[in-house]
Amino acid sequence: MANDEKRIDQPTGTEFVGHEWDGIEELDTPLPRWWLWTFYLTVIWGLGYTIAYPAWPMLSSATEGLLGWTSRGQLAEEMSVADQARVSVGERLAATDVEKLLANPELMQQATAGGGAAFRVHCTQCHGSGAGGNQELGYPNLNDDDWLWGGSLTAIEYSISNGIRQPDADRRQGAMPSFDGAFDSAQMSALVSHVRSLSGLEAANSAGAQLYSENCSVCHGNAGQGDRTVGAPRLDDAIWLRGSSPEAVRAQILNPKLGVMPAFGDRLDPVTIKMLTAYVHTRGGGEDEVIADETSAETVTAESAVDGANEQP
Amino acid sequence: MSNPDDPEGKSGRDWSVVVEDGVAKTNEPVSSAVASPEAATRRHEPHEPPRQNVPEKLYEARKAVHNKRIDGPFRRFKWLVMLVTLAIYYGTPWIRWDRGPYAPDQAVLVDLANRRFYMFGIEIWPHEFYFVAGLLIMAGIGLFLVTSAVGRAWCGYSCPQTVWTDVFQHVDRFVDGDRNARMRLDAAPWTWGKVAKRGLKWSIYLFIGFWTGGAWIMYFADAPTLVHDFWRGEAAPVAYITVAILTLTTVVLGGFMREQVCIYMCPWPRIQTAMMDEKSLLVTYKDWRGEPRGSIKKAKKNPESYGDCIDCTECVQVCPTGIDIREGPQIGCITCGLCIDACDRVMAQIDRPRGLIDYATLEDCDREAAGGEAKPAWKALLRPRTLVYLGVWSAVGLALLFALGTRSHLDLTIAQDRNPPFMLMSDGSVRNSYTLRLRNMSSTPREMSVTLEELDGGVFWTDGIRRDAAARSQTFTVPADQTRSVRAYVVAPRGTAQQEFAFVLSTEDERPETDRGTIRFSAPEEDR
Repeated sequence: MANDEKRIDQPTGTEFVGHEWDGIEELDTPLPRWWLWTFYLTVIWGLGYTIAYPAWPMLSSATEGLLGWTSRGQLAEEMSVADQARVSVGERLAATDVEKLLANPELMQQATAGGGAAFRVHCTQCHGSGAGGNQELGYPNLNDDDWLWGGSLTAIEYSISNGIRQPDADRRQGAMPSFDGAFDSAQMSALVSHVRSLSGLEAANSAGAQLYSENCSVCHGNAGQGDRTVGAPRLDDAIWLRGSSPEAVRAQILNPKLGVMPAFGDRLDPVTIKMLTAYVHTRGGGEDEVIADETSAETVTAESAVDGANEQP
Repeated sequence: MSNPDDPEGKSGRDWSVVVEDGVAKTNEPVSSAVASPEAATRRHEPHEPPRQNVPEKLYEARKAVHNKRIDGPFRRFKWLVMLVTLAIYYGTPWIRWDRGPYAPDQAVLVDLANRRFYMFGIEIWPHEFYFVAGLLIMAGIGLFLVTSAVGRAWCGYSCPQTVWTDVFQHVDRFVDGDRNARMRLDAAPWTWGKVAKRGLKWSIYLFIGFWTGGAWIMYFADAPTLVHDFWRGEAAPVAYITVAILTLTTVVLGGFMREQVCIYMCPWPRIQTAMMDEKSLLVTYKDWRGEPRGSIKKAKKNPESYGDCIDCTECVQVCPTGIDIREGPQIGCITCGLCIDACDRVMAQIDRPRGLIDYATLEDCDREAAGGEAKPAWKALLRPRTLVYLGVWSAVGLALLFALGTRSHLDLTIAQDRNPPFMLMSDGSVRNSYTLRLRNMSSTPREMSVTLEELDGGVFWTDGIRRDAAARSQTFTVPADQTRSVRAYVVAPRGTAQQEFAFVLSTEDERPETDRGTIRFSAPEEDR
């Protein structure tokens, strides 16, 4: 702007900038000096920051910064702090027998929380994220009160550690032979009908009962009460591992499907297994042992711990 | 008041902007006090030729404000407000308030670690943050109310920046003397005496800043314990960091930045200028009465051609932000009224009526300038706009009080397990799982019972109650001031259809309360 076009606000002696809105004009008021110094300070701070921290892009990487900070390093540090915080829980869990877990509600709670996380990693593939299992595929539901191999803490821990039907005599073994060809059509119908009658789905029939007691009761029991030592399911309850329809029952008799589970003792450390045990036990069907209410914590847990210890898996 | 260029000048003041060729001609003086050339300011005296050239300046050093001591009604009011606000700030954390053995006994406490906010008899949980939001809305509307009625009274009296600046200015006066002495000392070379005085002054600044930060942290922890821990070096690092930061900001903002915070940094003056109208009170120099100004001597010789202002500049000297109120309303004016005190004092000495500078609305100024009767300032307070603000403000306040009075001290929230939605038990009954959160907001442990409503034949047990003790109603002890999470297993007989039912939480202690939550009970389809 040429000098002669300069317009000056007379009261303040300040030049107009030339911007005008509805008669209000902007003055070219000088900035305060400290503002300038603040600006310089931010520049200095910025330069210092780029020296102290990784900043300047180079050909293959960036400058590393004098402080040696990296985001990966920070992550590792935070992870190790978190690990440290978990150490005490892990140590206490390692030192506690699983059946005594219920005597320590606080530890049980921590174990359950850790077990929930481990469950999502190792177990949901078959048992489902809500531990609801899958009837189509025969993955057991862990929320109910029907257990193939036992629902006390020790039994659950044994199942998780040793798996189901893994090749070792010490582990949980149990088999059902195929009855394909063993019965004719009428016998088959009678047997299916009898099996369903054990839980009240159909009326009883004597032919089926005869066949049942000859062929099935060894494992499944006379009244269909099952046998946990060989993992033979109860037939007298409302829970059906692979379905209760006549077709499903028939299919299972003709060509039994037997569930397997890996032995997680080979893969996971004992503390994680204890956590998983606690989690599965608290899904709602944990047997005999109960987390005690604060009023009777001592007595109840003592009893339940004894019960748990006495139970054979 | 007369402008030779303004033929209508006598009939009143012309607030309009002269427009020439579509562009507002703003080279004319625009502020109210300089609407006529005679009323021009000390920055540009009327006898000077119009300024043609201005120095090219991009940056400007601050001109220190050395305000002169003054006494008068407004100064005394300012003392009173300072005393009250500082007493509240420093004293509040030390007030004790007995809440029983399970809650802190500090009257006002922001317990960040436990997420509780205590204020005397009120305890606010995080989910009740709407109370704080309501208080903030009240504060906002309160500022609207104050601004529309009495202009920037907040700025002038109770803003922390104003109060602390005032404190620091008194420190200046205490160490260095009054205005003239301080100006002399500023200009003086650095002698040992000056070094000593500056050292003392800045030490006092630091001391005040430290106590400001020190008082702040008391609101966030038990004050006596924190003081003890603080001096033993055992307090949390965040306490020391907070004190250090607040010491720094107090000293920098109150000790050195002062009025520049109001002029350059604070948004509130700008917002307020948009909220004021010609009916709002502001500190005004009555230029029609004061101009043209002249010394007493000149005025005695020629009384007809001079106004009441004797140009003693007392109003400028006492101003804590260093402005000249005679230039008219401006962003630097915090309307503290000290210039009114100064001017009234001078007017009394020379036997002229008080109020040459006074609280007045622009409307009243117009009427007075046109020869009308002066209206008392308090009449400006009562008008529809302020009454509407007052109404809204009171309504929000009453709503908050009502909500506080009727709020329950227990609460039940229910979350249903969705995966799996229901469970078939071996006897054919159907089980659903829920997570109940029982909240006890009182400061004593409470026995609470949870009862099923509807859901025929339904019973429940929990993660802490054995299945053989399943019943329609269970009792829980919830610790004081805590939420207890309970996993509830509700079981209903075979054949129960999907339906809605409710958990009812109730207490039977001296303050019976209930809460209920309705939730779905999922069940298998009939044909399964």
